[in-house]
Amino acid sequence: MQDTITITINGKEYKVKAGQTIMQAADSLGFHIPRLCYHPKLSIEGACRVCIVEVEGMKNFVASCAFPINNGIKIKTNTAQLRRARRDIVELILDNHPQDCHICERDGNCELQHLAYTMGIRKKHFEGQKKNYDLDLSSASVIRDPNKCILCGRCVRMCTEIQGVSAIDYANRGFDTVVMPAYNQPLGESVCSHCGQCINICPTAAFVEKNYTQELFEKLDDESIIKVVQVAPAVRAAIGEAFGLEPGRNMEHETAAALRKLGFNYVFDTQFSADLTIMEEASEFLERVQGKGKLPLITSCCPGWINCAEKFYPEMLENISTSKSPMSMMSPLLKTYFAQKQKIDPEKIFCVAVMPCTAKKCESERPEHTVNDMRATDLVITTRELAWMIKSAGIDFVNIAGEAYDKPCGMSSGAATIFGVTGGVMEAAVRTAYELYTGETMTEIELEDIRGLQGIKEGQLTLEGQEIRIAVAHGLGNAHKLLKIVKQEPDKYHFIEIMACPGGCIGGGGQPYPSENLIPLDQNLLNTRAKALYESDRKNTIRRSHENPEVQRLYREFLKRPLSDKSHELLHTHYKAKQPQGIVSHMLNNLQNGK
Amino acid sequence: MITEDNTFIDEIKNFIATKMTLPNPESNLIAVLHKVQQLYCYLPKDVIDMIAIEMNIPAAHIWGVATFYHYFNLKKPGKYIIAICLGTACYVKGSNKILEAIKEHLKIDVGQVTEDGIFSIQPARCVGACGQAPVLMIDEKIYGELTPDKAIEIIEKYRNKNNND
Ligand code: FES
Ligand code: FES
Repeated sequence: MQDTITITINGKEYKVKAGQTIMQAADSLGFHIPRLCYHPKLSIEGACRVCIVEVEGMKNFVASCAFPINNGIKIKTNTAQLRRARRDIVELILDNHPQDCHICERDGNCELQHLAYTMGIRKKHFEGQKKNYDLDLSSASVIRDPNKCILCGRCVRMCTEIQGVSAIDYANRGFDTVVMPAYNQPLGESVCSHCGQCINICPTAAFVEKNYTQELFEKLDDESIIKVVQVAPAVRAAIGEAFGLEPGRNMEHETAAALRKLGFNYVFDTQFSADLTIMEEASEFLERVQGKGKLPLITSCCPGWINCAEKFYPEMLENISTSKSPMSMMSPLLKTYFAQKQKIDPEKIFCVAVMPCTAKKCESERPEHTVNDMRATDLVITTRELAWMIKSAGIDFVNIAGEAYDKPCGMSSGAATIFGVTGGVMEAAVRTAYELYTGETMTEIELEDIRGLQGIKEGQLTLEGQEIRIAVAHGLGNAHKLLKIVKQEPDKYHFIEIMACPGGCIGGGGQPYPSENLIPLDQNLLNTRAKALYESDRKNTIRRSHENPEVQRLYREFLKRPLSDKSHELLHTHYKAKQPQGIVSHMLNNLQNGK
Repeated sequence: MITEDNTFIDEIKNFIATKMTLPNPESNLIAVLHKVQQLYCYLPKDVIDMIAIEMNIPAAHIWGVATFYHYFNLKKPGKYIIAICLGTACYVKGSNKILEAIKEHLKIDVGQVTEDGIFSIQPARCVGACGQAPVLMIDEKIYGELTPDKAIEIIEKYRNKNNND
């Protein structure tokens, strides 16, 4: 096969790489053919036909996302006839769509809306039957709205191919086709891990997060309570995008300022408790390395992964660190340590968390995360929800003067910042575990082996002569692959980090929708967000969690030491095996047969 | 196993096992579902879960296949399945009126089950008794030359039979 072939697009010849589809070749030449169901990271579905083009010698238009190029092929991408046909196709999709854009969550950043606009649809030619399904509100994180679904199947492929969860698929046929969990059971009872990647990949609002912004605005107006908020690391790396800023701008201080303007009394940084998580988790790891407890130790900060583990890996729950996530360490401390320090009645504290994540909403509702019979985290909003609130409140986020986070839970190391990107928790844990164990200073603290967007990454280090092998997976599909290896070779690794979302929290299910010329899962976009966090780490004078003076003080004044009784009471948890119906079971199967 | 009725689980497992050695075993999903329906008269959810495990296919996907084809019953049928013939001869002789009468009498639609689990209605295509059209069939027994009233009488007989059992 030749490597380069000649194709003609719109009357002009080009030399392109062989083995591509028409769409790929056209993309590389700067012709953007409209599309809907296609996504470069997913298998080709060919369902929407929006991407049709004319190929000389073919009777019908062909779907360019699926049609391979060959030498001498002559393609037209923008004839009047094509434009008309495409417009008809999009109109037919719109036809049984609710068309309630002005009251829709995605008004302004909906792909369908945008497509209709670009196709030049300015009036309605057809009036189709509308769908009339109930919303699925059963999940604490994700809402499923079949009425808005255009059956492109991107969510189904995301859930199956990237996440390996397969919670949803097409059911029924024809006009009655609906994307749903097995047995049409509620999402909240299905195998869904609530990672929210279906929201990110959906072109419309058929999947959205459970929105708590109204409730929060009301709380912010309530003068009888103390409103306290914490912000996760990945939020600052992406929130600027929602305001049209170039990706990769770190909005750490602007976010703190905006939260105060919204009416929060205290603005804390989840990075503070990320340092604390590292203190507990690294100590736990060192205990296990010394024979107390199961290896490999698997990280626990990602609630999407925890949901997945409880459903798919019941027999591995002992491997998972008992340390709570940074969010769920911060909140109980605010209702104990901070409340005591400030002499505030903890019942009066309303704890909010801003997270890049939808699964955190589930995590905050877990009954085991209560503190003195109070819910620890009262409410979780995503980056997207916060961006909307800032806009809605009329705060000029782009020009706002940055502010610092409050004490005592606002200071953090660079190690905590990189929690937001795949490999970051492991890197932070290694920095601390190494120094706590050996008493020596680690010189090379940037662990290049476990950085970057490769699905599974490995690294190793030596702890006083003992070789420690580590591994990192992001995206639940990669987690499944890695755990399959662990099943076969239980001694292969000592320490494993798993993040449910591609890229880690920076690619979380609650992050801003990509702006016009970007697509979800865009690797450059993820890399740029990651860079913002790595740079912030490099600029920090404190880069190791155990050197955070506020964390040291917390131990001195309150917790005593890592893994103390107090720590166990407030900062550690346990997991329960769950057996939802409709379990995918390729994993279960592998486990049972030891394959 | 998980399901209320375990009778056929081994049979289904064995059937799947014979398919799993073939190339592309997942392409035998429909055959497996047919087998299940043949044994249970419908596709119990627990059995679908079991197939998911045995065949390595997500349950959501099996559910998609099962709901795509009208042939598959997804609900447990009633103890007595009233198969009302809608074949040409019966139709011409007014079987749709009989169907309507039965639907109204039992307050269920085709494919549904009465609340007490005793009856369900299924359409049939020519049961080979055109001479007696219109006909219905319950438990392999054919009742012909029906009128709506007669059909309801027959159904009530089955109800009494059930109550006395
Ligand atoms: S994008 Fe090609 S068919 Fe949908
Ligand atoms: S059409 Fe009813 S038995 Fe033949």
